[in-house]
Amino acid sequence: MNDVDVVVVGSGPGGLQTSYFLSRLGVAHVTISADDAPGGMFRKWPIFQRLLSWSKPDAPFPRTSREYEWFDHNSLVAEEPELRGLVPTFMDRTWAVPSRAEMEAGLAAFADQAGVAVRYGCRWTGTRREDDGRLVLETSEGEYRCRAAVFALGVTAPWKSPIPGIEDVPHYAETGDPSLYAGKRVLVIGKRNSGFELADGLLPWAQRVLLVSPRQPEISVLAHASVRVRYFQPLEDSALGGGTHVLDAAIERIERAGAGFRVLASGTTRPGDFDLECDVAIAATGFSTPLVDLEELGVRTVAQGRIPAMGPFFEAADGVYFAGNATQGAAGLKKRGVGASSPAVHGFRYNARVLTEHLAERLGVRDRQRRPVDDLVSFLAAELAGAPELWAQKGYLARVVGLDGPFDDGIQPLEHFVDAAGPDAVAVTVEMDAEGEIFPVVYVRRGGAIREVELEPDPLNAFDSEPYRHELSLLLNGKER
Amino acid sequence: MIDSATLARLSLFADLESPQLLAVSELMDEESHPREARVLRAGISGTNFYVITDGEAAVRVDGKDVARLHAGDFFGEISILTGDPVLADVVAASEELRLAVLPGSRLRPLLLEHPALALRMLETMSRRLRATTLAG
Repeated sequence: MNDVDVVVVGSGPGGLQTSYFLSRLGVAHVTISADDAPGGMFRKWPIFQRLLSWSKPDAPFPRTSREYEWFDHNSLVAEEPELRGLVPTFMDRTWAVPSRAEMEAGLAAFADQAGVAVRYGCRWTGTRREDDGRLVLETSEGEYRCRAAVFALGVTAPWKSPIPGIEDVPHYAETGDPSLYAGKRVLVIGKRNSGFELADGLLPWAQRVLLVSPRQPEISVLAHASVRVRYFQPLEDSALGGGTHVLDAAIERIERAGAGFRVLASGTTRPGDFDLECDVAIAATGFSTPLVDLEELGVRTVAQGRIPAMGPFFEAADGVYFAGNATQGAAGLKKRGVGASSPAVHGFRYNARVLTEHLAERLGVRDRQRRPVDDLVSFLAAELAGAPELWAQKGYLARVVGLDGPFDDGIQPLEHFVDAAGPDAVAVTVEMDAEGEIFPVVYVRRGGAIREVELEPDPLNAFDSEPYRHELSLLLNGKER
Repeated sequence: MIDSATLARLSLFADLESPQLLAVSELMDEESHPREARVLRAGISGTNFYVITDGEAAVRVDGKDVARLHAGDFFGEISILTGDPVLADVVAASEELRLAVLPGSRLRPLLLEHPALALRMLETMSRRLRATTLAG
């Protein structure tokens, strides 16, 4: 049997990023993947070949700088400048949003240039815990014993909502070539990203596209989100009466009708019963994390069993960790209802750094590195203005400085800082409210008690300007505002 | 997103018809917390609205448990409706605490959209106020 400190499962962005950081930290590990090449879900999805999140090939900062990460939501992150910002180097600049193939190429280049070693063609099939607490991963290529396992499997198993008759309806993942839908009446169940991706992609082909789910899309929210590229064309077509219809209704039953389907639904935004016929129906109802047998080890789930629930360091059961998209199961404080960006690469790449530093510390491989801070106010102000971790993971990840030095204690989950008792320290975050207003928040811990202070927003987000430095200075000197 | 069947079991949502319940379930998330995990934190702003779907929670002030909450009970609404920071911690007090979570900013629109829900909440809050008054 192979015996290592950590086994990482998966070779998508979450697995590659985790393996990279574990290597940097000197944690002995093996990365296995059922696939035969890196890229994970980006090797097949999105079906219509265009991602949702942007990368700007040119930005106010050089592509090899830390600050550039904020302008590139798709590349993995690295300490070595030459490994940074790889996805934009493959972009043909026809759009600020990379294509699926460009993304896949960027991930493969990272795996290659960073030397991320993956045992491909090795499928994880089961898990058990030994008497000494160690985990054993059973795979198609033998067993691996480890002290901790990191599952980076994405949220990639097709999932259907519990609607009577939906079992006969193909899932988004089974969508074929768009030409198969030429002249057809298509009904899409679901109005989230994959539903609108289908509506957008089938617009040039289908005779009619009907999107059905209980709640209407929130256009004011979408307007500020990178996913708008998916939504606006079908919504415009719907507004023009061009053959796309966006219906707010709860589906009660789906029946076979000839070669197609009959869908019976009840209106929500506007009451009324609907009896809908279509040639093709597609369940764009989402995906779940493939957990295999992990629930038997104590992993609990949320979101209708789709996502594993986990603590602030992404641990779902003793020694069982998750990386990648599934880290959305570590909800954090979700202040003002604003969730983390953990379902996307630009969020979970930083979760991977937090997770691996935690693992290195827990496994006794490396203590947390504390770097002295010369000018605390300038350091915190610069972080608030430009730290990609704080801007990508708003209200979720915080820059923490111990006031004993002061010492930089790195990026930590805000939830951990607020809940764990500890010596006097300060944490800063960039946060957002439900209206999209962005502002810095300072958490000062003295004598074990946390004081939360929200600073004012700034139209130019110049959180390193003099008024903010003045506020920070007052707070750090224990003066009331 | 949470299973609408989970919401259907809670008295707070008893007056909603099935299509409306499905629409509300799309607005809510589900959380699972282990024993002693904090859900609400005294002094921290921006809280959300929580309904217990399974398990128990303790309301804790200065380290002392002052009340116990059970399946069907809700919390977080006071801070959302008054705009003031939370006064007490709410901590998971069973092996697992399962919650339905509504973003704080969604509470007012939801109550306006479904007055029956607002009435149910008002009744519960009145009972709590009465109990507090009687306790002196």
